[in-house]
Amino acid sequence: MLNDAGTRALIFQILLLSIVVFVGYFLFTNLQNNLDNRGISTGFAFFNEPAGFPILIHLIEYTDSGTYGRAFAVALINTFVISLIGIVLATIIGVIVGLARLSNNWLVARLATVYVETLRNLPLLLQMFFWYFAVLAALPAPGDSYELADFLLNKRGIYSPNPIFQDGFGVVVAGFILSIIASIALVVWAKKRQTKTGLWFPAYWSSLGLIIAITFLALIVSGFPIEFDIPQKSRFNVSGGMVLPPEFVAVLIALSTYTGAFIAEIVRAGILSVNWGQTEAARSLGLRDSLTQRLIVLPQALRVIIPPLTSQYLNLAKNSSLGAAIAYPELVSVVMGTTLNQTGQAIETIGLCMLVYGSLSLTISMFMNWYNKKMSLIER
Amino acid sequence: MAIEFKPSPSLPPPVNSVGALAWLRQNLLSSPLNVFLTLFSLYVLYLLVPPIIEWGLINATFSGDSKAACTGGGACWAFIGVYFEQFMYGLYPSEETWRINLSLILLVLLVGAFAIKTINKLYLSLAIILVYPVVAYFLFAGGVFGLTVVETSLWGGLFLTTLLGVVGIVASFPLGVLLALGRRSDMPVAKSVCVVFIETIRAVPLITILFMASVMIPLFLPDGMNFNKLMRVLIGITLFSAAYMAEVIRGGLQAIPKGQYEAADAMGLTYWQSMILVILPQALKLVIPGIVNTFIGLFKDTTLVYIVGMFDLLGRIQAANHDANWLGTTVEGYAFAGFVYWIICFGMSRYSMAIERKLETGHKRN
Repeated sequence: MLNDAGTRALIFQILLLSIVVFVGYFLFTNLQNNLDNRGISTGFAFFNEPAGFPILIHLIEYTDSGTYGRAFAVALINTFVISLIGIVLATIIGVIVGLARLSNNWLVARLATVYVETLRNLPLLLQMFFWYFAVLAALPAPGDSYELADFLLNKRGIYSPNPIFQDGFGVVVAGFILSIIASIALVVWAKKRQTKTGLWFPAYWSSLGLIIAITFLALIVSGFPIEFDIPQKSRFNVSGGMVLPPEFVAVLIALSTYTGAFIAEIVRAGILSVNWGQTEAARSLGLRDSLTQRLIVLPQALRVIIPPLTSQYLNLAKNSSLGAAIAYPELVSVVMGTTLNQTGQAIETIGLCMLVYGSLSLTISMFMNWYNKKMSLIER
Repeated sequence: MAIEFKPSPSLPPPVNSVGALAWLRQNLLSSPLNVFLTLFSLYVLYLLVPPIIEWGLINATFSGDSKAACTGGGACWAFIGVYFEQFMYGLYPSEETWRINLSLILLVLLVGAFAIKTINKLYLSLAIILVYPVVAYFLFAGGVFGLTVVETSLWGGLFLTTLLGVVGIVASFPLGVLLALGRRSDMPVAKSVCVVFIETIRAVPLITILFMASVMIPLFLPDGMNFNKLMRVLIGITLFSAAYMAEVIRGGLQAIPKGQYEAADAMGLTYWQSMILVILPQALKLVIPGIVNTFIGLFKDTTLVYIVGMFDLLGRIQAANHDANWLGTTVEGYAFAGFVYWIICFGMSRYSMAIERKLETGHKRN
C-alpha cells in the first residue's frame, strides 16, 4: 500500500498540513504569551486615540490632535497619490526613452542607453537620497528662490499659485463634464460612421476643441469665478500658494526615473518583437509612417509590453514605501514607523500595511489584466 | 584577332556615401528632425559633461585628511579616502579586518579551484557550500582559536552589503527550488501552501518584511529564544528572495518539454529521482540568467536594511555625511556609493548575458 502513489501523496500532504498547523499554533501561542507579558492588548481600539504627531504632507485635513485612524487615512492617500503620479510619469519617461533607444539618430540612441544602464544599476534608495540630500537640499533658501512666472523653487519645495474657487465655479465644472460627455458621444458616432460608410472624421481633434471651447464659454458666462493665491517670497519664508514639499518631489523623481528606465527596456523589446514584415506590409498598403506606427506596430507591440509593464507598476507601488527613508509620510513611515513606535501594536500595524499593499497589488494587476484582455489578439 | 573585354575600373563611390561624412549624414543628420535631435543632444551633453569633469577631476582634491585640504572648489575625494575603511568594513575593528580579507581570498581560491581539471568538483562544491560558510562565520564573528569576538552590530559597509546579498541568494536557492516544485505539484495542499506563501511575499514591499523581521519575529518566539538583528534580517531577506527565486525557477520548469517528464517516468524513476537527475539540471541551466538578475535586484535591495537601523555601504555613507567636520561632501559620498554599486550590478548583468549566450543549447521553447 505504501508503494501506491495516491496513498503516499495523501500521507505526505497530511504530514505537510500538520506541520503547517503545528508551526502556526506554536507561533500563535508564543505571540499570545508575549503580548500578555508585555501588556499589549490586541485589536484596533487604538485607532480612535489621538495620535499626537504631526504629518507634514496631508491632502485631507489633519491636525496634531487627529486620531491614529485619521493618520492612517492620510498616509494611505499619500501612498496612493505618489504611486499614481509616479506610474503616469514613469510611463511617459519609459516610452520616450524606449523610443529614443530605437532612434536612428546615433547620438540620441547612445544617450538613452547611458540613461537606462546608469539608472537600472543603482539602488533606488541611493537615488532617492541623492535627490533629497544632494540636489534638493542644495537649492537656495526661500529668500533667493528661483522664479519662473508665478512659480517659486527653493529648498522648501516647489511653490505654485493656489486656485481659489468662488461661487459659480459649479457652472464651469458642469460645462467641463458636459463637454467630455459630448466628445465621447462624438468619438462613438465617428467610429460607427467610419465602420458603416468608410468616411473618416477627425474626432479626436474636434473633441479636444469642443472641450476647450465649452469650458472656456462656461468660464466667460460665469464671469471667471476663480482666483489665484500667488506665492510671495519674503526673506525667510514663502507665504501663500500651493507647495510641493521636497520629500514628495524627491520620491517622485527617484521613483519615476528609476522605473522609467525599466519601462524603456520593456517598450524597446516590445517594439522590436513586432516583425519587420508588418511594417513593410503597412508601407506597401500606402500608410504613412505615423499611421504605420499607430495602427500596425503599436497595437501588436502592446501585447508584448503589457504583462511586464504590469509588474513594473506593481514594483513602483511597492517601492513607494522607500519614501519612509526620507520622511515622506507614506504608509510605512506613518503606520509601521511612528504608530508602531508609539503604540507597540506590531501585529495590527504590520498586518494592516501588508493588507493595503496586497490589495493595491491586486487592484493594479486586475486592472492591467483587464486591459491586457482588451488589447490581446481576438482569434476567430 | 579576338578583342578581349576589359571592364573599365569602377569609379569610387560618391564622396558623401562613404567615410565619416556619410556616417554623419546617415546617423545624425538624415532629416530636419534628426538635425534638431542631434543639436539638442549635443546641448544636453554640453550642459552635463564639462561641469562634471571640472568638478570631479580638474578642480577636485584627491588627498588630504581634513576638509581644509579641499580648496580646489571641486569634489573632495579626500573624504572618501579618510572614510574608506568604514565604507568597506563598517565599524569592524581595523586590526581585525584581515579576517574579512582572508575569507574573501579563501572564497576566490575555492571558486578558482574549479579551473583545475583533476579536482573532484562534487567535493569542491560541498566544501564551498557546507564547510566554507562555517569557516567564514567563525572568521567574521571570532570567539574560537583566540580570535577576538566582533559583535555583529559592528559589521557594516560593503562587507555587510555583500554578506546580506550572498547569504540571501544562496540560502534562498534551495527554498526557492522546493517552493517552485511545490507550486507545480499535483498535491492540492502542497500547492496551495506554496502559492499562498509566494504570492503573499511578492505582494508586499521588502521594507514591510524587514520591519516584520526586526520587530515581529521576537514576538513570535518563546521567551529566552532569540536571534540577533543580523540573523533576523537575514531570515527576512532569505524568505523574500525565496519567493522571487521560486517564480524564476518555475519559469525554467515550465520551459522543459513534457517529453522530458514522460521520459523520466518511463525510465521508472521516482519523483525525486526524475527531478534531481532529469528535470532540475535542465531547468536550472535555463534560468541562470534569471537567477543572476534576482541577485542583482537583491543586491540593490540590501540598501533597505538602513531603514531598520543597519549600516551597510549606503548606511555608512549616510552616517559619514553627518560628520560635522566634513559638511558639504554629500555628493562625493553618493558618487562613490553609486560607482561601487554600478560596477557590481553592471558587471553582473553583463556576466548573465554572457552565460545566456554560452548556455544556449536550443532547449528553450520559443
